[in-house]
Order: sequence, then structure tokens, then C-alpha cells
Amino acid sequence: MDSLVLDIAHLLAGGLVLASFMMLYQDRLNALLNVFALHAAILALAVAWQAYIQNAPHLYLTAGIALVFKALVIPLALYRIVRQLGIHREVETVVGIGPTMLAGMALVALSLVLMLRVTPGADYIAREDLAFALSVILLGLLMMVTRRNAVSQVVGFMSLENGLVLAATGARGMPLVVEISVAFSILIAFIVIGVFLFRIRERFDTVDVGALDRFRGDRG
Amino acid sequence: MISPLHLLVANAAALLALAAIAIGLGRSRLGATLTYGGTLAVSILTAMIAAWALLGPASVPALLRLPLGLPWLGVNFRLDTLAAFFLLVIGIGCSASSLHALGYGRHETSPERVLPFFPAFLAGMTLVVLADDAFTFLIAWEFMSLASWALVLAHHHDEESQRAGFIYLVMASAGTLCLLLAFGLLAGPGGAYGFDAIRAADHGALATGLVLVLVLIGAGSKAGIVPLHVWLPLAHPAAPSHVSALMSGVMTKVAIYGFVRVVFDLLGGLEWWVSVIVLVLGAATALLGILHALMESDLKRVLAYSTIENVGIIFVSLGLALAFRANGMSEAAALAFTAALFHVLNHSVFKSLLFFGAGAILAATGERNMERLGGLIHRMPVVSAAFLVGCVSVAALPPFNGFASEWLVFQAILLSPDLAQWNLKLLVPAVGGVLALAAALSAACFVRAFGISFLGRPRSPAAERAVDANRHSLSTMIGLAALCLLAGLLPGLVIDGIAPVSQALIGDSMPAQSRIAWLSIAPIAQSRSSYNGLLLFLFIAVSASLAAYVIHRVASREARRGPAWGCGFPVVPAAQYSADSFAQPIRRVFGSVLLRARERVNMPAPGELRPAFFRVELHDFVWEKLYAPIERAISFGADNLNRLQFLTIRQYLSLVFVLLVVLLLALAL
Repeated sequence: MDSLVLDIAHLLAGGLVLASFMMLYQDRLNALLNVFALHAAILALAVAWQAYIQNAPHLYLTAGIALVFKALVIPLALYRIVRQLGIHREVETVVGIGPTMLAGMALVALSLVLMLRVTPGADYIAREDLAFALSVILLGLLMMVTRRNAVSQVVGFMSLENGLVLAATGARGMPLVVEISVAFSILIAFIVIGVFLFRIRERFDTVDVGALDRFRGDRG
Repeated sequence: MISPLHLLVANAAALLALAAIAIGLGRSRLGATLTYGGTLAVSILTAMIAAWALLGPASVPALLRLPLGLPWLGVNFRLDTLAAFFLLVIGIGCSASSLHALGYGRHETSPERVLPFFPAFLAGMTLVVLADDAFTFLIAWEFMSLASWALVLAHHHDEESQRAGFIYLVMASAGTLCLLLAFGLLAGPGGAYGFDAIRAADHGALATGLVLVLVLIGAGSKAGIVPLHVWLPLAHPAAPSHVSALMSGVMTKVAIYGFVRVVFDLLGGLEWWVSVIVLVLGAATALLGILHALMESDLKRVLAYSTIENVGIIFVSLGLALAFRANGMSEAAALAFTAALFHVLNHSVFKSLLFFGAGAILAATGERNMERLGGLIHRMPVVSAAFLVGCVSVAALPPFNGFASEWLVFQAILLSPDLAQWNLKLLVPAVGGVLALAAALSAACFVRAFGISFLGRPRSPAAERAVDANRHSLSTMIGLAALCLLAGLLPGLVIDGIAPVSQALIGDSMPAQSRIAWLSIAPIAQSRSSYNGLLLFLFIAVSASLAAYVIHRVASREARRGPAWGCGFPVVPAAQYSADSFAQPIRRVFGSVLLRARERVNMPAPGELRPAFFRVELHDFVWEKLYAPIERAISFGADNLNRLQFLTIRQYLSLVFVLLVVLLLALAL
């Protein structure tokens, strides 16, 4: 296996991390959804490249699922939701963009250090892939924590799942059925969350999750 | 071939079956008779089998493995001489309690709260003593704790009972947790929970020290060692009287069994410094227990605090045995160990007797407060005679059994100059001094308990109307009083009975006493010291009869005229000497430091019509310095952790996120 092949795999995984960073500083919902679609497209490319270098045709299926559902269907559906809810103006970040980006960099460093420390004997590609995948997962979590809008929390959750798929495809011999079931569970989660978004909106006139706290039961 | 062990395990199973039947019978009159009759029969059988195993030709130790519980361990039972001795104590205490309850149980307001738990409690105690692996031991121990907790809560409407039940439950759980950890350490990483494997294993110095501390907390809290005694004076009196007798007289002994089993049997040879801990704790327990007892005016709580004192004496004796054994002085160790077991037996007998007496008073008058009793010797002559025997025994006066065992303890203390370590040479006489003080205070305490309750004039209408107890209770008390006298007159028999136990655990025993002439006992050698209970009894009986005869013959029978105003005494019963006034000198001497007793007199100004008040404030410094801070810390922590219930979704997410990052960091660095 020549170094160009590895470099391309590396490039695509790194691109995913970069897209995650791009999501962190988007403060408009439509732009955020654009970046998310880009994120999913890069994931599809990365998975397809893995299918090519590992010579595993079933991974092409995974790549297809990623491309169709995550890069097209889910972003389009979210565009619709955002338009119907009339909230395409702005995303409130709870923490400022600067600190968020710094925290994101720290998380990437952490996952690199951790992977180098934990997997000294593993395959070279798998190591790199795992480090990037962990970064994507942590950045997705960071996004969920730093946003207040329910739609952007959904997006954070989806990007986290993209990291999981990247990790799964990097590991050789992951059965297809696992990937498909993960993809479907994410789809179902998306549907459920979408339904809830409308219910929340109907009842509270906002999808800011902070507003929900006012309607909780007895405190202490 | 049916061995004693099979019969004993069958007895425990029968008790459990009785508990199940009692749930069904519940309230009916038949239920009480059947349950207590059944426990009486089973307990007598247990006592007889245990005595046979201890003294007879039966082959001990016997083993039995039942295919229950953990599949690779099973449930193991073992009957050795130590278990047989404690089963004898349990059998005597339980049969007395059952017989007493046959009469006393009728006064119970809600028998369905007592009946099912009583046989279960008995079964738990029996199984603790028989257990031969850590798993069985802990299950039986917790079973015993929970059954007795349910019995403490028999009068659950009472707010004091609820508090007692709560504190008892917390202390019992903490104690069991400590025992669990101790056995975990003993079993080691391989998980060898069988007692024979633990006995064979070599435990490191650190593990041994930890196990010792954990067992002292675990078994000591059940036995009532200072500072873990706080639950005992609350819980023991809260239960019905026949259960109080069992908890005080027998369950504390099961706790001591746990301590002896682990420290003397499972751990094997120990360093001498271990004995220092046990000696100091025992002496502190004895002194503080009896001081509290002197200050208390609730009769059952007096008895519970006196239990703490006696547990202290037993632990001092066990500590001496440890000290002598560590120095290779096996004869002296056997003496101290025998004294401890002798006192275990004695205390279980006379403390049961005293609690039955207190129960009879409670049933007759509805009063536990001594300040509202008095003059009962006229209304309850038999109870008062039996109670007096119990008081004399617990006060360690000859010729009763309490004297015999405490005398042996002091004989062992007198051997301390032969110890090798200077620390022990200095410590043991000091402990002996504390013990002597405790014994004297104990005599004062029971003079007070008997005098205020039974002598003088009735202090309340209820005490005026009291009647003697029913025949079941009376026969129980007479029987126990006879046992007190018997063990006091013939201590040699008991010592020889304990000999096989001390032979098994210490490797030596006291010289056989039955060969000594005139039923004397001589702990070391006759030339050094000996005691003859029978002779002393004869002397006391003869001289007392002679004195009585002389007084009756020589004293004038003429009617005398006294002053009409005798310091106000005959006018109102409340003007009599009271329990508080009896305790005042001792409160002033000792209480002002140890209990921070403060007396306040609130005297009205001349001409003012309100009554004067005399108030006594006592502080339990163990509670205030040790438990109150723990309680405050826990409620502070709980209040603050409560906020975690009311975070927003994002804050919960952040918590998970931060935890994940921290864990990853720990992995990466």
C-alpha cells in the first residue's frame, strides 16, 4: 500500500474534523445545515475511500447511505423544519466562538494523545482514523453542550454519529449489519426529534431548550 | 447417624418454619401460645444439644455442607466447642425468653408485629454461631440484625421507637458493611470464603491490622463498645421486654462470638499491641456505660447501659487473653479467656432476669420511669426477690455468679507484672483500676435501681395498684435466679465446662477445678488464691440468720412514739429519696467531667407563688463530638447534592461531557 493511498485517507478524515470545526462557529441555522451536509458528504467520501483501500464492497453501501440520507435527506428535511418554524435567522451560542474553538482544539489534541498512547501496536490507518473519529465525536458533543437551539443540538448529535461511522469503517471487518442498524437508529432518532421539535414549538412558541426549564415541576 | 450438628441445623430450620406459621396465625390467641411454646421447646433442645456437644463425648468439630447459596461454596456449618458454648448461652437465654413470653406476650398490643420475627431472630442467632464460611456468617448476621430491628419497631407508633429503629438500622448496616470488608480481606483475592481456608491462609501485617479494626467496628457496634454504643440504650428498651432481654443478654454475646471467632480463631497469632486497643476500648466502655446507667431513670435504659458496662468487662478480659497469648503465657491467657466466657454466660443469665423483672414491672404498672415506681416489694414480692438476686449478681457481690467471673478477671489482671512489654505492665493495672471503679459504680447503680423501684412508698397511683406477675414469668425469673446462685456456688463446674473451648482456641486451659477439695476454685494455684462460693454462702446465710434472730429477740417490741413531723417524709411520696437524688453525688464527682453534667436551680423570689425547679443537664459527648458532626455532614451533602436533580438538559449533557473528557484525560496522561 503506497503512501498516497494513506495520505488520501488521512486527508479525508482530517477534512471531517475540519468540517466539525466549521460547524462550531456557524451562527446561522441555514449555514450550519450547509456545513452539516458538507460534513456528511466528506464522510461518504472517506467511507468510500476506505471501501476502496480495504477492498470491502459493503462499505460502498455505507457510503451510499451516508450520502443519500445524511448529506441530502436529513439536511433538506431540517431546512424545511427551520423554514416552517421561522427560525432561520440566528443560532445562539451559549459560549463565545473563541473559547469554543479553543476547547475544540484541546479536544482534538486530547484525542490524538489518547490514541497514540492507547493503541501503540495497532494498524497505522486504523490509528489515524480512530484519532480523527474520536475528535469528531468530542466536537459533536461540544456542539451539543454549547448550543441552546434544539435544531442545532440535533445537528451536533448527527455529526457525533458521523464520527462513530468513521470509526466503524476504519476498523476492518465491521459487519455491514451493524452499520445499517446504526444508520437506521439515527434516522429514527431524527424522526422522533423532529416530531418533538414541532410539539415543543406548538406548546412553548420556541425551540430554545432553555425555555423548557421554566415549565418543570417542583424544585427542591 | 444423626450428629448434634444436624439436630442444631434442623432446630434453626424449625425456628424459620415457626416464623412462617406465625405470619399466618398473626393475631389469634393460639398464635402466641404456639409460637412461644415452639420456640421454648426448640431452645431447650438447642441448649441440651449444645451442652452435650460441649461436655459429652460427641465428636467435635463436626462439619456439614448444604448445597444452597453460592454453587461453588454452598452453605457450611461447623460445630466446635466455641460454637457449642455460645449455643448453650443462646439456648438458655432463648428458652427463658420464650417461657417468659408465654405469660408476658398476652400484654402485647399488636402480637402480629412480634410473633413472626421472634423465631426468625432466634434462628438468625443460631445460624451465626454455626456458620463455617463468610457468606453464611454474613447472611445469618444480617438476618439477625434485621429481625431484631423489626422487633425494635414493634411499637412503631411511638416516636422514640422510630428514632431508635432508625439509628439501630444505620448502625447495624454500617457494622455489617465493616464485617463484609473484613471477610473480604480475610478471603483474599482468590475469594476463599470458607473458614478453614481463612484459618490456613497467611495474612499480611497490614491486612491483619485492617481486619482487626473492621471487626472491632462491626462486631463491636453490635456488642455496644464505646463509641459505637449509641444505638444500644435506645433500641434495647424500645423492644418488648422479652426481646429486650434477648437483645441485651444474648445478641450482644453473639457479637462477642463474632469477635472471638475472627480474632482468636481465624486470625491466629497476633502482636501484643492488638491487646492494647482492646483493653483501652473495653475499659472505656465499662466506665462510660455504668456512668450513663447511674444517671438514667428509665429502668430498661439503666439495664441497657449496664449491658454496655458488662460488654466492656468481657472485652477487657479478652484483651488480657490476647496480651498473655502474644507473650506465650498460655496459662494466664486461658484464665483470662475463661473469665471472659464465664462472664458471657453470667451476664446473659442475670441480664435476662433483670429485663424480665423490668418487663413484669412495666406490665403491672405501665411505668418504666423509676421516679414513678416505689414500694413494689409489698405488691410484687416474688418479682422483687428475683430482681434482687439479679441486682446482687450484676453488682458482682458474692456468693452469686457475677462475683465469680469478675473475680477471675481480676485474678488475670494480677498476673500482668509477668508481661514482657512495659506498656502493658503499666496499662493493665490502670485498666484494672478502671474496672474496679466500674464494678463499684455498678453496685451503686443497682442499689439505686432496686431501692428506688421496690423500696419506699409508691410514687404513683399505678405503682400502688401493681400485682405480681403471672406464673410463667415468675417461674422464668425464679429459674434464672436459681441459675445465678448455682453458677456462683459452683463456679468450678462452669470453669471445667469452658476448659475444652479454651483448649481449642488458646491451646491451654485452666487447671481442672473439680479435683480441688470443698468445691473451691483456684485459678493458678491454691497457694496463690482461691475462692469458695459455697463456704461464703454458708457464712452469709448463717450470719444473716443469726443477726435477724438476735434483732427479733433482743429488740424491744414496745410501741414507740415518733415526732409528728419527720422531715416531711410520710406526707407525700414525692418527698422520698429519688433516683436523681441518689445519683447526685456520683454525678457531681464524675459526671461533671465525663458527662458535662450541669445542675440549675430556678428558685422563686420570696413571696412568689410559682414552684421551684431543679434541672439537670447531661451531655453525651460521644454523640455530640462524633455522631452529630457526621449527621450534619451527611445532611449538608444531601442538601447540596439535591441540586443535581434540578439541572437543565444542557447542564446534564455538560456533566456527561465533562466526565467523559476527564476519564479520557486520565487515560491519556
